[in-house]
Amino acid sequence: MKWRAKYRAAEARYAAPWAGAYRRYDIVKEFVVALVVVSLLTLGLAAVFGSPDRTAITLAEWATNAPNDFVATATSELAGSSGTATYGAPYVDDPTAGQKIGPLALQRWAGVTTPVDTATEFVLNPLATVPGDQGLTDALAQYKAATADQQQKWATAYGDALTAAPDNDPAKVTAGDYGPVPVLADRLLGYARSGGLDGQLLAAGSFYQTDYTRSVLFLADGTYLADQAAAAHLGGEQWGMMNETGRYPGQAWLWLYTFWYQVPPFTTKGSSWADSADAWIWGIMLVLSLVLILVPFIPGLRSLPRYLGVHKVIWRNHYRAAQPR
Amino acid sequence: MTAAGDERMWTARLRRRAVSALPPEQLLPDRQPAYVSSWIYVFGVLSLASLLVVLVTGVVLALAGPQWYHVSGTGRFVNSLHLWSVELFFFTMVIHLWGKFFMAAWRGRRALTWVTGAVAFLGSIGTAFTGYLVQSNFDSQWIAGEAKDGLNSVGIGAFFNVLNYGQMLLFHVVLLPLVLGVLIVWHVLLVRRRGVVPPYEQAAAAQAGTAGGHRADAESTVDSTVPVGQKQEVAG
Repeated sequence: MKWRAKYRAAEARYAAPWAGAYRRYDIVKEFVVALVVVSLLTLGLAAVFGSPDRTAITLAEWATNAPNDFVATATSELAGSSGTATYGAPYVDDPTAGQKIGPLALQRWAGVTTPVDTATEFVLNPLATVPGDQGLTDALAQYKAATADQQQKWATAYGDALTAAPDNDPAKVTAGDYGPVPVLADRLLGYARSGGLDGQLLAAGSFYQTDYTRSVLFLADGTYLADQAAAAHLGGEQWGMMNETGRYPGQAWLWLYTFWYQVPPFTTKGSSWADSADAWIWGIMLVLSLVLILVPFIPGLRSLPRYLGVHKVIWRNHYRAAQPR
Repeated sequence: MTAAGDERMWTARLRRRAVSALPPEQLLPDRQPAYVSSWIYVFGVLSLASLLVVLVTGVVLALAGPQWYHVSGTGRFVNSLHLWSVELFFFTMVIHLWGKFFMAAWRGRRALTWVTGAVAFLGSIGTAFTGYLVQSNFDSQWIAGEAKDGLNSVGIGAFFNVLNYGQMLLFHVVLLPLVLGVLIVWHVLLVRRRGVVPPYEQAAAAQAGTAGGHRADAESTVDSTVPVGQKQEVAG
């Protein structure tokens, strides 16, 4: 316990009021000068570099620029095979879905707090608001009259046919038993192109709205958003979380968090590490954050700066003055 | 004029405690130990100054709204000011943090100063992150779509929904700045109360039982502009 007594004695000395020399230090003036310098720097950087501000992607833009992707996504929402439909908590109640840290299924601990029924909310309800289309009305009636099993068979078969079709083009799909699904997907495409789906998914019957959960989930289920992001070097494997569009520093402070997504085992496709990469990386970052906060209490780590020697540069004037002459 | 019993009033007690914990000359000192002479010390105040610019530009953006800062030239410029002040805030804060690490600034019962600073740093990351979410542009969409997976994977997404613009706006402009403000004020008051950490003591000085030979240094001052008696008074 000798080292502990030594440590405590040193702590007491470092805590004692400074008995050495003092110098004038105008902290108010220092702050004012710092404020002026920072303000000027900010003005200069903003004037020279500006800031990135790429317009948000609308569902209308997606449907217009990538109609095949849009139709395939709408079909997967009906089939219950989209990313959102198979996500698990907090959107869907599926005990088999969700990430884990070993046996810890933290994703499921709070249950489904934002329930999303992709077929109903993304496809059927918006289509039910489209007036004056007898073909659509009949298709909706046929779909709703069918059993859940039949609905899924139609949508799955059509989804498979779209995947097999050249360019996933709905016009080149081979004939099959798809029920009313092709009509539903086609009408949703038309509705989205007109801009109607943007408002419908967001408002869902109310005038005011501030929650974009459903709009972004639907958009993210397609590949259009991810393709646009990858083209802008924002993909997850491109250090995307810390970047922003254009040549801007972005959230550079997220480098350590983003780093883990670039290295094995989290990049090893098909491994359990990769499947639950988010959960593992959040776990790692939580531990590292705790280490940062608790540095003063971790023996060894708290003494490391003494041996790194950078303090000798910082306090070189002090040490020079303290040397015997 | 005070009457009998005034000193027992809660207000009087609070004032006495506040003045005793942080007397004015310690709260706003005009002297610092002579070892406080390095450019590294500037980065703490630079990060505070940057934060002030962040707050002012952020208030303007929040008041005028996205229909202004996405469209008008002035709005875009204020948006750029907010972005670059945030970049400067993090740049200066990270240097400040590394500087304090290399100085082992938690020594001498200053652990809470480090802890509040480190938590404020992590809180700033969260605040900036919510800022990226409420830009209401393509970056916001993409970052929200990606970030939800991380937050959902550990159960946080059940209560902190990055796809809910209204919720994120509240976090960004009210809740997190409030927490951050409290942490930073606490951090600065702790710095004032505990003082700036002294240099590592040298071996000989440690044996002599003085902090880095400080007491011996007292007479061989680097910048002896103040009489020793006054120095000790300032040191409290």
